[in-house]
Amino acid sequence: MIEEKQNLSPLHGMWALINRELKKWYKVPIILFISLFQPIIWLVLFGKSMNIGAFFTGTSINIPGLNIPKQIIDQISAQILQAQFGTTDYFSFLAAGMLSFIVLFTAMSSGMTIVWDRRLGFLNKLLTTPISRANIVISKVIASVIRALVQATIVLLAATLLGMEFKSGITPLDIVGIYGALFSMAFGLSSLFIRVAIRSTSWESQMAIMNLLNLPLLFASNAFYPTKSMPEWLQPIAEINPLTYTNDAVRQLLIGATGSYSLWFDYLYLIIFASIFAIIGIILSWKYLST
Amino acid sequence: MTEEIIKAINLTKKFGNLVAVDHINFEVKQGEIFGLLGPNGAGKTTTVNMLTTVMKPTEGTAIINGYDVVKQPSKVRQSIGVVHQEYTADEDLTGWENMLLMADLYGLPRDVAKKRAIELLKMVELTSAAHKKVENYSGGMRRRLEVAMGLINRPKILFLDEPTLGLDVQTRIAIWSYIIKLKEQYQMTIFVTTHYLEEADAYCDRIAIIDKGKIIQIGTPRELKESIGGDIITIQIASDIATALKIINSIEGITEVKNIGETIRIKTKDGSSTAPKIIEMLDKNDIKVTKISITEPTMDEVYMEYTGKSLREEQSNWEEAFALRRTLRRARRS
Repeated sequence: MIEEKQNLSPLHGMWALINRELKKWYKVPIILFISLFQPIIWLVLFGKSMNIGAFFTGTSINIPGLNIPKQIIDQISAQILQAQFGTTDYFSFLAAGMLSFIVLFTAMSSGMTIVWDRRLGFLNKLLTTPISRANIVISKVIASVIRALVQATIVLLAATLLGMEFKSGITPLDIVGIYGALFSMAFGLSSLFIRVAIRSTSWESQMAIMNLLNLPLLFASNAFYPTKSMPEWLQPIAEINPLTYTNDAVRQLLIGATGSYSLWFDYLYLIIFASIFAIIGIILSWKYLST
Repeated sequence: MTEEIIKAINLTKKFGNLVAVDHINFEVKQGEIFGLLGPNGAGKTTTVNMLTTVMKPTEGTAIINGYDVVKQPSKVRQSIGVVHQEYTADEDLTGWENMLLMADLYGLPRDVAKKRAIELLKMVELTSAAHKKVENYSGGMRRRLEVAMGLINRPKILFLDEPTLGLDVQTRIAIWSYIIKLKEQYQMTIFVTTHYLEEADAYCDRIAIIDKGKIIQIGTPRELKESIGGDIITIQIASDIATALKIINSIEGITEVKNIGETIRIKTKDGSSTAPKIIEMLDKNDIKVTKISITEPTMDEVYMEYTGKSLREEQSNWEEAFALRRTLRRARRS
């Protein structure tokens, strides 16, 4: 038997596994479109119909007896919107929120792939090869993050076409910042959901968890409306929800909205969130695969 | 070469209260085809999972190619190839892509990987289907791909867990001919679990029979057949089995009598001279023999002798087997 060189560096096999995940994803464009359908539907149907700006400007409201000039009413309404949403353009506000929405969905569905790998025996096969257990988990997380960011880009393009307005004078650094925020959230959430999924052999229960969590997580954040107008019991939930901070950062950088928090605080929160969940998720999954 | 390449030392696996594999010890020599034979739920797959480092033993260990499965699992993984009972190839990829993926996981350089993938796919006659998605493969094709995938790293030891399960006879023969070819070409050691006794008999150099998590007997097929002692006479009688047993037991040259339902299995050194005696004696006592047969021992008999089950019996009992598998799966999860 001929002994040949085997490259068994700590990272070996990682790219092969990431590539496998991505291949499975881009080779079936229909699934890609289906997963993009939701956020785009929200943009088109909800975003375009919930035209909060037109509540004021499109109508001829006035107080009887006082003939307030239209200009002043418009001014007041703009100020109300600005105070509530941080911007006068609700569609842009929502569109920025849809970026974190698609990231959340992708991260959740990444858990599904490991359930399938388990059911179909692929995971068992992997466990007999010299790839390290940690790399199996990390490659899943990275593939999920890549998917999430690509899909977020498509949603961003769709939103732009639909009339989202960038802030004037947007810089490349802002774009890097936007992706940084999305990346942190995708990383943390993917690790979390892969950890949740790794023990499960039934995709039904995984689906149930997804359905149970996705809308509550979305509504308990500032994706649709600012947290300050939420009932008091909901506010604390929204304030620990990483979506809130992602949206806050993205809105400041993308559409120039006034943030609820400072950018630094947003990033600090997201980085801490991502680090904690990535470390816990990856270590626990790794441990689980090793026994 | 008679070097031990696999050595199981008190290998044990418990799932909760269930002892799936119970302190087993055995050795496999380099270059041999070693068969692990046993009924469903006997612990075959669990044993393979422990030897291939998918599961950690509860107790004991095994040395594979000089490495300890508990302490040096990654060294073990580099030495082995595994073909699982399930189809493990990624259905969404092509056969070719699956081969290269495996090569990457073993850290093979690209040029070596490609060369070898071509060679292996040719060997298992999948060259023309290499660029088709695996989901379009037939059962036999998928099994052949699994075998090819298990060989991409030229392992010293190839583990095959029920490689021919559910395949038609032709494909089974084809799969075995690859296995034999491998053994000869690469001096590979092959560890195989199987259900099919004829296969074990025909192809394995040595066989271990496992039942209820324990190894009951190990030996070459010939040794095993000899170990149950001579020929077997099976008779069927219409009535009064108890008296018949008494009579048969008194006949000389009979080593063992077993009663299974309406049939009696009699072991004797020389079947052809004992059989007429039995008929004569029974006839004297007015017991009619409705059927008689003499067989030289086959693996079937060996299996029946040591596990107390015939394979037919086991097949009719698949519901029980499935229930057991379910329990095992649940136990593993918790």
